[in-house]
Amino acid sequence: MAAKGLADKVRETQVWKSIFRHGPPDNARNRAAVVAGNVFLHLHPIKLKKSGVQLGYTWCMGGLTFFIFLALTVSGVLLMFYYRPTAEYAFNDIVALREHVPLGIMREIHRWGAHAMVITTWLHMFRVFMTGSYKPPREFNWGVGVILLVLTLLLSFTGYLLPWDQLAIWAITVGANMAKATPFLGHGGPGASLARIGDFVMVSDKNDVRFQLLAGRFVGEPALLRFYILHCVFIPLVVGTLIAVHFWRVRKDGGISAPL
Amino acid sequence: MSEARQSLNRREFFSYLSVAWIAFGAACAGLASLAFRYSYPNVNFEPQMEFLAGTPDIYEEGVDERYKKGFGVWMVKLEGKLFALSNICTHLGCIPNWQPAELKFKCPCHGSGYYMSGVNFEGPAPRPLERYKIGLNAEGKIIVDKTKVFRQEKGQWDNPNSFITV
Repeated sequence: MAAKGLADKVRETQVWKSIFRHGPPDNARNRAAVVAGNVFLHLHPIKLKKSGVQLGYTWCMGGLTFFIFLALTVSGVLLMFYYRPTAEYAFNDIVALREHVPLGIMREIHRWGAHAMVITTWLHMFRVFMTGSYKPPREFNWGVGVILLVLTLLLSFTGYLLPWDQLAIWAITVGANMAKATPFLGHGGPGASLARIGDFVMVSDKNDVRFQLLAGRFVGEPALLRFYILHCVFIPLVVGTLIAVHFWRVRKDGGISAPL
Repeated sequence: MSEARQSLNRREFFSYLSVAWIAFGAACAGLASLAFRYSYPNVNFEPQMEFLAGTPDIYEEGVDERYKKGFGVWMVKLEGKLFALSNICTHLGCIPNWQPAELKFKCPCHGSGYYMSGVNFEGPAPRPLERYKIGLNAEGKIIVDKTKVFRQEKGQWDNPNSFITV
């Protein structure tokens, strides 16, 4: 009884009331208010079907993917405190992250987390496909999910260059040469040789998509900086926005799909 | 009171609104195209595409690697011809190594192999290495121009701009 009395006293303080605008979640109305009145939780449905938390049905793969995304965001921001994206420092900073910094496994956490997120994203997609959860009214959210999958892969691709070792440089060289082979947009791709006016070549190695990706003709320091910005700022912002849309639509399209 | 309200009727309001939306859309499109153009820098600090490569008499029969590191070019003197061979693997763009003991170029990424002439014979490479435009200037110095390439599979290695007779 004493503990309960103390809890009640805390709940009556102005500080508590200013933070939590609803009463204790001991009835259905207040429990709904907990979710609906919270900026973070309001994307989540107020009520869940019992099947929605069945691990055997959902594998919690979407939730795991989001959890790993958060872990990658935190570990990535911590890595940014020590990493300088220049040709002179990048590789040395990567080594220093292991040798000169406490908790030297931070980079490994980030790297393994990235692998795990790709795997869980695919498994989530597999689950959604196998349970038919891509069908109307959820077809729009499937489309958002496909974009999120591509962005997840692009996050892995852009992060690949940042260690600035031989593997990184040649892997991105190979990847950028795939951009070079894009139809019409890459100067080595089908259709690029058609886009010319007399002797004037419209799609060349100076203005195609590979040049835009690398800020040059090959993987150099401008490419490192460009990939760093894409990896740490641009793509995460887009992914974060689309994750919010994705969760919102799960709720608005009738919650997590249930077994028939 | 009513004068101010009547100065803008419903039809006029919507025409103003249309103009405002079109202006807003045009401004957004303009900014987006500026941002796109912004991603293409005007100046690049990459090696020059055209360079002088000494005189023909400094080269001996075989592969010369002196311009590989700076310009990505092997100078190859073979059967009376001197040509500038690209060092970019035609498979996925890695840089092969010249292996003098085996008289071949070998790519470390996926194992493509090329003869001294640049013709591929092993590994996944789909076509021979490219040759660059080569010629002599008024002082007898060799000029290599990497903006112009000659491909064997298109029959371009017979082009007189693709080699110097020595």
